[in-house]
Amino acid sequence: MDIFNWIVSAQGEGFFSATMRLAVPLLLAAVGAIYAERSGAINVGIEGMMLSSALSAALVAADTGSPTLGLLAGVVTGIAVAALLAVFTVLLPADPVVVGIALNLLAVGGTTFVFRIFSNQVGTTTTTPGIDAEPIPLLESIPILGPLLFDQSYLVYIALIGVVITWVVLKFTSWGLLLRAAGEHPAAADSLGLSVNRTRFVALLVSGAFAGLGGAFLSLVASTQFVENMTAGRGYIAMAILILGHRSPWGVLLASLLFGLGDAFQLRAQLDNTGVPFQFLLMIPYVLTIVTLAVFGRRLIDPAALGTHFRRGHR
Amino acid sequence: MAISPLEPARAAPGSTTGPILQMDKSTVRFGEVVANDRVSFDLAPGEIHALLGENGAGKTTLMRVLAGLIQPDEGQVFVRGEARSFESVADSVAAGIGMVHQHFMLVPTLTVAENVSLGLRSAGRLFPNTARVGRELRALADKHGLSLDPSARVSDLSIGQQQRVEIVKALYRGATILILDEPTAVLTPGETDSLLAMLRSLTEQGTSVVFISHKLREIRAVADRVTVLRHGQTVGTWALDSVADAELTSAMIGRDAAPTVSSRLAPTTSVAPVPRLAVERVGARDRRGHAVLDSVSLSVAPGEILGIAGVDGNGQTELAEILSGVRRPSAGEVRLDGANITAATVAERIGHGLAHVPEDRQRTGLILDLSIAENLAMETVGTAMFSRRGSLNRAAVRAHAEDIISRFDIRCSGPDQRVRDLSGGNQQKVLIARAVSRAPSALVVSQPTRGVDLGAVENIHRQILDLAAQGCAVILISTELDEILALSDRIAVLYSGTIISTYDRATVDLGTLGMNMTGQSV
Repeated sequence: MDIFNWIVSAQGEGFFSATMRLAVPLLLAAVGAIYAERSGAINVGIEGMMLSSALSAALVAADTGSPTLGLLAGVVTGIAVAALLAVFTVLLPADPVVVGIALNLLAVGGTTFVFRIFSNQVGTTTTTPGIDAEPIPLLESIPILGPLLFDQSYLVYIALIGVVITWVVLKFTSWGLLLRAAGEHPAAADSLGLSVNRTRFVALLVSGAFAGLGGAFLSLVASTQFVENMTAGRGYIAMAILILGHRSPWGVLLASLLFGLGDAFQLRAQLDNTGVPFQFLLMIPYVLTIVTLAVFGRRLIDPAALGTHFRRGHR
Repeated sequence: MAISPLEPARAAPGSTTGPILQMDKSTVRFGEVVANDRVSFDLAPGEIHALLGENGAGKTTLMRVLAGLIQPDEGQVFVRGEARSFESVADSVAAGIGMVHQHFMLVPTLTVAENVSLGLRSAGRLFPNTARVGRELRALADKHGLSLDPSARVSDLSIGQQQRVEIVKALYRGATILILDEPTAVLTPGETDSLLAMLRSLTEQGTSVVFISHKLREIRAVADRVTVLRHGQTVGTWALDSVADAELTSAMIGRDAAPTVSSRLAPTTSVAPVPRLAVERVGARDRRGHAVLDSVSLSVAPGEILGIAGVDGNGQTELAEILSGVRRPSAGEVRLDGANITAATVAERIGHGLAHVPEDRQRTGLILDLSIAENLAMETVGTAMFSRRGSLNRAAVRAHAEDIISRFDIRCSGPDQRVRDLSGGNQQKVLIARAVSRAPSALVVSQPTRGVDLGAVENIHRQILDLAAQGCAVILISTELDEILALSDRIAVLYSGTIISTYDRATVDLGTLGMNMTGQSV
């Protein structure tokens, strides 16, 4: 098949559209995690935040009939779970990996439990009101870019704007400076009268809000229903993307598009009856995670104070 | 040069004649421990006032009170005659106090201007104008005759330059009182000289300086008055031109100073046919593949102490690791009594009589949460001395520890005390004792007295000298030049991964040595 014809065909358009649709939840979660990690706080709870938000978004959207309210519920849920994580890991402080994993496990059981109570169903909800794609006239017909960017829901634009805002915040604002200082040399920030722990707390909440958007995207845009454990490890993939993208907004954007591409490819391959067992195709995004981390993860220099607790007077 | 404090003749224009800063009976308690016990001292305008004391004497606590990092339980602080209480760092900065910490409070990944803008309201609430801050910094630095590049990344600056950034940062934030905590601990002799000159020129322009140090020579060179602290109390304040060194030293350590360890003469035995411990053309690379040691050759004879002088970060760590067997060299050989031990493991080297005292007692030297007895037995725990057929002889471990505690004067509650709860000096004594008590035939010792009080320094130096006198070959790696000079028979200077010069102790010239340490061969 001629490659150009394929690109402009319905199949090709579907492929690029799917690439973005699959990339965005990862992008949202990973961009949020940039705030946390650059401030020195590790957010291992992304998976749990996304899953909880996917559920609350679906339930609220179904109950009110408003997907926008559903989206808001998702964000609030993400922030709430992040606050729980922040209380334990920043204020108390407990080990961030242990607490994060605990939250993720809690979310798997907790969402299933709540979901069955509220929906009287098992497995998946019936379709809930979702956020539809809104094609932009003319632009949508540009090859590749059209389906990738201009035939998408507004959440995609929120995600892309989030990338730009994150870049501006980190590079040009006072808070971004403080964030980076807290992650690299917390005692220096403290010696200037700035609160390291408050900064990390807020950074985790921001991370939770982004993860909440990502989770809501799954149940409102990617599919208009909640499915038990529907994140299926996307929170962990987002952490891999964060590292692959060197904790920079643009790097994370590229890395998540790469994963979206891989995921879209395996979906396409399943439909095309390649003869490869679908279980192997399903593995592609996860194999991609392991391979990219093994290849690129080594060269990354972490923020010097990543994962450490800051307590004044401990030299 | 020094002016009597009783007549503060150098009052800055416009200020009152009284002290610019005064601490009155400031007391700080941490639980049971009284870190500062009614400490009083005052600072005249334009004065350099030194605070002298051993580690743990309360200097740092006092400084943290002034920085607004901790609040005193009792007592008052007056700035320009007004009682002030510093609830936060911001209060302290607002009162015109600028702190230069021993471990710099600069974020290495940020530029100079970004570091100064951090948390600074006047730089812009939301978007800091680092370009403007940079211009103003440069102007300020020029005014004081310092060179400074505001757009440089801090990690690219030398230690001396970083310290200059810290001082300019404090001045930019409006400090008229500078407090420097052990500012020379990390500097080369040349950098120290230019720091002292900088401080003098700052005081001429009205800045007052509190200079915390335990080096009498520097205090003499720069300060007007000195206050001595011991066990959290002020022993007294003296004008430096009216007090002898011996008086200050005994005030600091609470008894008459022991005669300083005389510099050693060359070993009576002439050069042995086979050196005890030697490295030949060894190289090492860091994780990114850059050479950190390049073709280093050294040898040390039985009974000899070879001092490796140099500023931190010039390959000392890697050299010690190669000698002890923690790191494989990328090139070259390590020899013990002529045998090639390059491939020998750490345990094999210990078995052959090589002992090693690592530079960082808390991270690599000791296991802080284990007891003194357990740490002392650590290296030889598998030998017949401490275990039989794999089971530990606890009684032997304990008896060994009790013996060492009394022989090496380790101040503790007993062999079962956790090493974490010991003072730095006593932790170091445990580490030194573990190596020395095995009567090794060769010893590699790194930074043996870093952050250790004077009493312990004396004890540790005595142990090293005694060991050499018994025929042990010692390689002493230290960034403290005084220590190298006091103990070594020969001195090699390590700079940027190569040995750039070697001297006999008897003929070495201090100035040349200092220049070598900064990479200049004369």
